[in-house]
Amino acid sequence: MTADWPILSAVIWLPILGGALVLASGDKAPNVSRWLALIFAVLTFLVSLPLYSGFDPTTAQMQFVEKAPWIPLFDVYYYLGIDGISMPLILLTTFISILVIIAGWEVIQYKPSQYMAAFLMMEGVMVGVFAALDAMLFYVFWEAMLIPMFIIIGVWGGPNRVYATIKFFLYTFLGSVFMLVALIYMYFHSGSMEILAFHDLKLNLTEQILIFVAFLLAFAVKVPMWPVHTWLPDAHVEAPTGGSVILAAIMLKIGGYGFLRFSLPITPDASSELDWMIIGMSLIAVVYIGFVALVQQDMKKLIAYSSIAHMGFVTLGFFIAFIIMARNDVDSGAILGLQGGMVQMVSHGFISAAMFLCVGVLYDRLHSRQIDDYGGVVNVMPWFAAFMVFFAMANAGLPGTSGFVGEFMVILASFRADFWFAFLAATTLIVGAAYTLWMVKRVVYGEVGSDKVAALEDINKREAFVLTSLAVAVLVLGIWPAPLIEVMDVSIENLVRHIAITKL
Amino acid sequence: MEAILLTIVLAPLAGALIAGLLRNQVGKVGAHSVTILGVGISCVLSLYVLYLHAFQGAPVYNESVYIWMVSDGLRMEIGFLVDRLTAMMMAVVTFVSLMVHIYTIGYMAHEDGYERFFSYIALFTFSMLMLVMANNFLQLFFGWEAVGLVSYLLIGFYFKRETAIFANMKAFLVNRVGDFGFILGIAAVAMYFGTLDYAEAFAAAPQFADATITIWGDTEWSLMTVVCILLFIGAMGKSAQVPLHVWLPDSMEGPTPISALIHAATMVTAGIFMVARMSPLYELSETALTFVLVIGATTAFFMGLIGIVQNDIKRVVAYSTLSQLGYMIAALGASAYAAGLFHLMTHAFFKALLFLAAGSVIIGMHHDQDIRNMGGIRKYMPITHWTALLGSLALIGFPGFSGFFSKDAIIEAVHHSQIAGATYAHVLLVAGVFVTALYSFRMYFLVFHGDGPRHFEPHHEAHDEHGGAEAQEHHHVEDEPTPHESPWVVTLPLILLAIPSVVIGFLTVGPMVFGDYFDGVLFVAAEHNTLGAIEYHGVLGFMLHGVMALPFWLAIGGLATAWYVYTQKPEIARNLARRLDWAHFVLDRKYGFDEFNQAVFAGGSKLLGKFLWLVGDRAVIDGLAVNGSAHSVGKLAAIMRFVQTGMLYHYAMAIIVGLLVLLGWFVLRG
Repeated sequence: MTADWPILSAVIWLPILGGALVLASGDKAPNVSRWLALIFAVLTFLVSLPLYSGFDPTTAQMQFVEKAPWIPLFDVYYYLGIDGISMPLILLTTFISILVIIAGWEVIQYKPSQYMAAFLMMEGVMVGVFAALDAMLFYVFWEAMLIPMFIIIGVWGGPNRVYATIKFFLYTFLGSVFMLVALIYMYFHSGSMEILAFHDLKLNLTEQILIFVAFLLAFAVKVPMWPVHTWLPDAHVEAPTGGSVILAAIMLKIGGYGFLRFSLPITPDASSELDWMIIGMSLIAVVYIGFVALVQQDMKKLIAYSSIAHMGFVTLGFFIAFIIMARNDVDSGAILGLQGGMVQMVSHGFISAAMFLCVGVLYDRLHSRQIDDYGGVVNVMPWFAAFMVFFAMANAGLPGTSGFVGEFMVILASFRADFWFAFLAATTLIVGAAYTLWMVKRVVYGEVGSDKVAALEDINKREAFVLTSLAVAVLVLGIWPAPLIEVMDVSIENLVRHIAITKL
Repeated sequence: MEAILLTIVLAPLAGALIAGLLRNQVGKVGAHSVTILGVGISCVLSLYVLYLHAFQGAPVYNESVYIWMVSDGLRMEIGFLVDRLTAMMMAVVTFVSLMVHIYTIGYMAHEDGYERFFSYIALFTFSMLMLVMANNFLQLFFGWEAVGLVSYLLIGFYFKRETAIFANMKAFLVNRVGDFGFILGIAAVAMYFGTLDYAEAFAAAPQFADATITIWGDTEWSLMTVVCILLFIGAMGKSAQVPLHVWLPDSMEGPTPISALIHAATMVTAGIFMVARMSPLYELSETALTFVLVIGATTAFFMGLIGIVQNDIKRVVAYSTLSQLGYMIAALGASAYAAGLFHLMTHAFFKALLFLAAGSVIIGMHHDQDIRNMGGIRKYMPITHWTALLGSLALIGFPGFSGFFSKDAIIEAVHHSQIAGATYAHVLLVAGVFVTALYSFRMYFLVFHGDGPRHFEPHHEAHDEHGGAEAQEHHHVEDEPTPHESPWVVTLPLILLAIPSVVIGFLTVGPMVFGDYFDGVLFVAAEHNTLGAIEYHGVLGFMLHGVMALPFWLAIGGLATAWYVYTQKPEIARNLARRLDWAHFVLDRKYGFDEFNQAVFAGGSKLLGKFLWLVGDRAVIDGLAVNGSAHSVGKLAAIMRFVQTGMLYHYAMAIIVGLLVLLGWFVLRG
């Protein structure tokens, strides 16, 4: 299906164009840059809405397709299109980007135009990653995405930002290099750079395993999966609030998306062969990281570790499909797991964004992220406390919030794979609640902790707007997740059918 | 019908939202008016629904409201199942809730967060209704966790108090341990029965009666046993059964009205309701029933014992609640579901009454909760005294009072049970009757009898140990030389609750326990029909039989002992405590559950977390792998300097802009 007008291109290039304009506007009139950035972010969001309203959920075919030759010498195309897997993630990106712009409004005083520009450009590039159907185009967006993030942490980051950026760079660079090699290998094999062509490419098991491992290095770092997760807490701690929000809400999802778009369909046999490893890493992420989160003293670190644990559910949901399909006595559950992983990605986009914004609200006032520096915040910031407790409960997977939906689906599905998978995954009910509520207890409740806390002011309208938007999203998705499932249903079903067929 | 049911559920929710979100606009009067209106509507309609089901033979209502999602062929819905069990629960929940709402106007009159409190209890009513009206496991879990959330918020209502915010976190986490089992049970139901709908799951269950699963090695487990025990672990958390009972005594940190509503009458009985609802599943596993029976009986007796040594008026009632919940659970284990539910209902009335009466005493005592300081209060607070006496008599099972019928039915049923553990349970439940009477009337005599308060602060400064807003907010009250009776908004609910506490058992034991009220709702296998084995020839015959049986004399013995020890010879108690100091020590420490959990689970988790973080993440992954390679790539130092000078920033910005322009140009050209 080809769109009447290139919506996807518009969603990619509009924010990038906006970013360039904001950059050009300079820092002499910061309000002009801010409003310009906001207008472009809102415009991009509005332009992205037809992707939902015009989406046909009855087909797994790529929609809103655009295709034009880019580097004909290497058969590289400017080839865009979305299905039920990428569409929700694109909308998540355009939605969160508005909130990030608003959240950085008065907070960023140092070079505000460049800050806003970096976020706008990153928005376009991230949408590009989700929409690209040409492997080379994907790779370009994939790498380009890192640069604004690198800058955001490097320029507006905390005191230890150098270490964090180096670590971030090292990890992600190592991962992507192998992915590039795998892509080039497949190009020589198939004579095409189209991702969909890779899906149908015949590969023997050795090739598949090598390609799978190459992808794994790239995607596992992004998700991030244990044991390649240690860059994330450092990056989060040093990043400004907006950077953390984008990192947690969108960038981590690109790793999960990579598994669905590349690893599973291109190397189904290798995925099946190595499923135990991914499941093991996912369960370690859920349990091990949960305990690590428990002892964090820095709020951002705690939420960062909590992100890793929650993303463990995503990869768990994706890979139990192979175990379920291999069992003769279980006739369904694979789709449930994959959809659960997808829902968890979207939900985590909202909740982690909200949690980081909550910490940002506190940090803007007290310039500390240490739990010990707070206490009794509810006494002086009642509305903020209400939001914080709400999002904490969502983070702990309370039914009625989006945090429950994905976890519930993945636990239900993993029970079909193995009792112990479900058992270990379900420990998050206890551990997840423990680290989240313990933080809430120490930060929000209690007597006013210090004179500094006593002087705190409750959230202003701007902050209330941002948090309310996310709260509504978290609630709607928790109370009625059916619309999200419906748009991805056919695409996921198609994916499951595809990976059930061996390529050997 | 759907409109009525939706109104029942949504009216309290609307009240909660208005009182909570518009608290600055509606003010105190607005907040309590709107929530009482909501819950009042809900209560009237619930009584109407009960009337339809109990007297008009209304058909079972089982309809979906909306589809939550369909994934992989598994339909997950929000819907209502209303039969006689649901109707009874709805009536109890909304009635007690309404009483508590009214009572709260008096109890919380001078507190900070008045609007917030009303918002929470109305929200609780909504959640509890969603729980009992669910027609599927998903919504059950929704309600299950939602009541847990409100309980968390209310236990921590005095959020400045360290003990309160510790207690609420503890309550939530211990409940989550239960929910951990519960969600696995739900996963098992979904996997094997292929549905989350009650009716469909119950219909499918008999085919799996002999199914087995392997969990560990090659040992085959009965599927139904695994499912039922997993679900029951959830009930153990919510209904505070050993060893997951530890949160309930601490929950007394919350204001007294919610102790009555949530931690006595309704939420904590959710586990009993759930197991009774699942009777078609539990009847398929005798092992699970034995497990339920033993846990219930153990809780009933051993938690009652702790009640004897407590000195905080609310904690005495709290341990009594634990013990009574144990009785209900034991009834379920003996397949006497009707008796368990009947006790649930009678207990809801008399225990709410006792808590609210305790709250009234606490108001009179200016927030002193230590029963050793009280005494002679019957002179100053006659209504509170008489209603509390009626509640206590109901609790100990005095013939004619509601508790008598329900407790006797349970003990008789367990007596007739043939499953493993039945003898153990029977002995403990019978002995528990003496214990119940002893702690109940120990409290009654210490509080209401004697010459007058042993220690009374006419003004409030001395009550700082009870801390926070509660005490400080009462400063405007003038000095009073003695306690005095509470206002009518407090005493009216006491009277309205005292009436059913006395008569409800007499009126309904016939149809509910021995009649056909629960026909078609509860399922009992023929070989487990313990209630059917009891000879029942009308209410009077049942009473006559009860008076001649051992439990009655144990109750009288307990009452008499309490009277003698606490009004005639107080030194006996002191001597006994000295002589049996080891027993007193064990009970005072509540068998050491708290210390064990704190040291092993809380402490152990923190140690494990520290180890994984510092050794796993820091030393091994970062120390060896990441930083090791960073050092070897010494050239990166150059990049570092770029970042610091800001040069890299310009450079990278140039790259990205250039790259994008290039890409864009290709697109436009193409």
